[in-house]
Amino acid sequence: MRFERREHRPLALVLLTPVMAIVAALALSGILIAIAGAPVLEAYWRILTGAFGSRLSTTETLTRATPLMLTGLAAAVAFRARLWNIGAEGQLYLGAIAVAAASSHLLGGLPAAIQIPALLAIGALAGMLLLLVPLWLRLRFSVDEVVTTLLLNFVAVLFVSMLIDTVLKDPTAFGWPQSQSVADAAMLPKLLARSRLHIGLGLAVVLAFILQFVQQRTVFGLRSRAAGLNPAGAVFAGVPLGRTLVVVACISGGLAGLAGAVEVMGVKGYVTTDLSPGYGYSGIVVAMLANLNPLGVVLAALFTATMFVGADGMSRAMHIPSYIADVTVALSLLTMLTAIFFTQYRIRR
Amino acid sequence: MTSPIPVLDIVGVSKRFGSNLANDDISLSLAKGEILALLGENGAGKTTLMSILFGHYVQDKGQVLIDGVALPPGKPRAAIRAGIGMVHQHFSLAANLTVLENVTTGTESLWSVASRRSEAREKLLAISRRFGLTVDPDARLGDLSVGEQQRVEILKALYNDARILVLDEPTAVLTQVEAETLFATLKDMAAQGLSLIFISHKLDEVMAAADRIVVLRGGRHVAERRAKDTSKAELAELMVGRTVTRPVREASTPGEIVLEAAAVSVRAQGVDVLKAVDFRLRAGEVLGIIGVSGNGQGALAQLLSGTLARTSGDLILFGTPVEDRLSVADVVASGIGRIPEDRNREGAIGEMAIWENAILERVADYSRRGLVDRKAGKAFASRIIDQFDVRGGTPTSRTRLLSGGNMQKLILGRNLINRPRILLAAQPARGLDEGAVAAVHERILEARRAGTAVLLISEDLDEVMALADRIQAIVGGRLSPPITAEEASAQKLGLMMAGEWQAEQTHAV
Repeated sequence: MRFERREHRPLALVLLTPVMAIVAALALSGILIAIAGAPVLEAYWRILTGAFGSRLSTTETLTRATPLMLTGLAAAVAFRARLWNIGAEGQLYLGAIAVAAASSHLLGGLPAAIQIPALLAIGALAGMLLLLVPLWLRLRFSVDEVVTTLLLNFVAVLFVSMLIDTVLKDPTAFGWPQSQSVADAAMLPKLLARSRLHIGLGLAVVLAFILQFVQQRTVFGLRSRAAGLNPAGAVFAGVPLGRTLVVVACISGGLAGLAGAVEVMGVKGYVTTDLSPGYGYSGIVVAMLANLNPLGVVLAALFTATMFVGADGMSRAMHIPSYIADVTVALSLLTMLTAIFFTQYRIRR
Repeated sequence: MTSPIPVLDIVGVSKRFGSNLANDDISLSLAKGEILALLGENGAGKTTLMSILFGHYVQDKGQVLIDGVALPPGKPRAAIRAGIGMVHQHFSLAANLTVLENVTTGTESLWSVASRRSEAREKLLAISRRFGLTVDPDARLGDLSVGEQQRVEILKALYNDARILVLDEPTAVLTQVEAETLFATLKDMAAQGLSLIFISHKLDEVMAAADRIVVLRGGRHVAERRAKDTSKAELAELMVGRTVTRPVREASTPGEIVLEAAAVSVRAQGVDVLKAVDFRLRAGEVLGIIGVSGNGQGALAQLLSGTLARTSGDLILFGTPVEDRLSVADVVASGIGRIPEDRNREGAIGEMAIWENAILERVADYSRRGLVDRKAGKAFASRIIDQFDVRGGTPTSRTRLLSGGNMQKLILGRNLINRPRILLAAQPARGLDEGAVAAVHERILEARRAGTAVLLISEDLDEVMALADRIQAIVGGRLSPPITAEEASAQKLGLMMAGEWQAEQTHAV
């Protein structure tokens, strides 16, 4: 058996790829569910009803999907240009803490119409700055950004942890390490009353459409794709490699920072060190599942959120550890990578 | 045939890839001590046939016999054991290991506790002495020149007791001198009883080195000739299937000077890659820069492409001194067409569509307010495809699917379609087959007729002598004074490429 590169990639195959990958991941995690002693199909049914069975669970799934869309877009944009931003988690926390600090110390008195856009911009800016450091190191000294962005996650989270235990500590939180809350005027309007669902979801979806357009239609999109696919060829064609990557980094880091800002302003109202259950890392899975396509990110984020929220429900009903969701999502990354391989190669005897 | 039982017998081998019949009922045999050339254009099925011989591919039909015994298909280890050695075009060696480690890799059992290093060294040195392939066993492979690396690849095959040695386009990476040394070695090996097959599409070397020549075309065995009974012209026709004549430049009078370099030096990564070079390029002429690759051609091409800045000296473009450095955008906008040395690395982005590659370097002309004008871009690509006879793709298909010749036509097309004032062509015909070479040369001469000034950087003597009006040699980052095409002979150019003009100059002073 050997692999041969495909001459053409049929569109149907490309569209089917994520579906097949998810089916394969579910089948594989089904084995684990069976080992845990539960009926597999019922478990999956419970996951589905756990995620979409009621108004509450549906809004909860959508709320969970929102930051995943933003971190997924952050990863997709960067990876397209071969900028390996593994640091969305740190950028998210920095965006979150910047928003909390700005609202509680500087802008808290401003009306919502001014304060919300200003805070969103501040959150995005904080994420950008954190990604520009490793990019500068790469452009100046050829330091591998996989390592620097990954390690900066720990720096950022510990920095936030220090802030919320010292200067930004909420004195009314009974000694818990928790930041001061943002002003009421900083909270994002709800999409639905009596739910946690906020307009951050709309923002994420709109940004996905904008990014799709930018990548497909603009000169910048063409150049960033060229830079990612073949840097030497891009330089020869006059693409300003450094400048293009700086813009890509600003978009990517900005989106991750925005994820943090939206999570604080839409859901929590303050920052703790468990603000994100790994949204930054899951964003990488989401981007890969979407094959780096911005609109695909929206769907992939929904799938991932479904697994996380649904698994909680299933775990309560069937006494299976909810870690099964992490396993399924992780497996779906592996099956997706395998599936992408098969869209590019075919098997020959 | 010198011996009754051939060492190797390929009988009726066919191999199909999808709709493409890569090998169609090919038979050939090889005698002990014989050098057989497998001649054919790119895509004729040479490499497929050799991959079947070596067990990389499984044939659909047919057999490979070694000393009359059938070789099991698809088993590289069986092929090695039967005495077949392969020297790949892209070496399968590890740069971070020593020569000895590279040669012995794969020959030792995974489970043996002590490696038999001293025995291996003895054997390697014995082989190296026997065939005159001198190389230091303890040198790190990455420190060796390409020619030496190839020697290691050959030694590796011989170390595995190869009796049949297959060399896939062995001269593609070598300089002229290295190639001649290689052919001497091959003849010596044949004289000592080894059988050799070498794959090539270059007529000169086939005529020079082989005893017998098998011509493949479109997957078929179309002819077989003894080297002494044939000619280059006949082989060219057999290989291409029709008469191909490379176009030759006709006399003309050049126009005004469009580009002048005076004492231009470039220092990159602490190395002086260009040392005070002078040249003048006139409209309607081809200035050939000849030299063995690695002598500063890359820097010269990059300097004029706008991807490298000069350290000192003056550049005068269209009568105006260039102030700072040229940017790619300036270069393209001022009407300089550029054909890069490595079309796959720099010339095109394989995973992007043909139309995207067509407009990428002139995207300013095909966009409005930051939005790409896709319609105009695709129309531009269509015009190139029509006018430059690019086959095998539509504007929206991926560029990677084009063959080398067609990719080069696309690159030529996007540069020439708008009548550039200067064309910078770096190794424009490298790696192309005979038909494509003729097409590329014709386009370059056509541009010259239309008044374009062409700077041709090449290491191919025939190419430079056929196209250039004036010739300068590049050696160690220095340029010789120009000579006219009439003064040039292969011998004189050979001396210039060896740096001989410098001696003359010092005498004159």
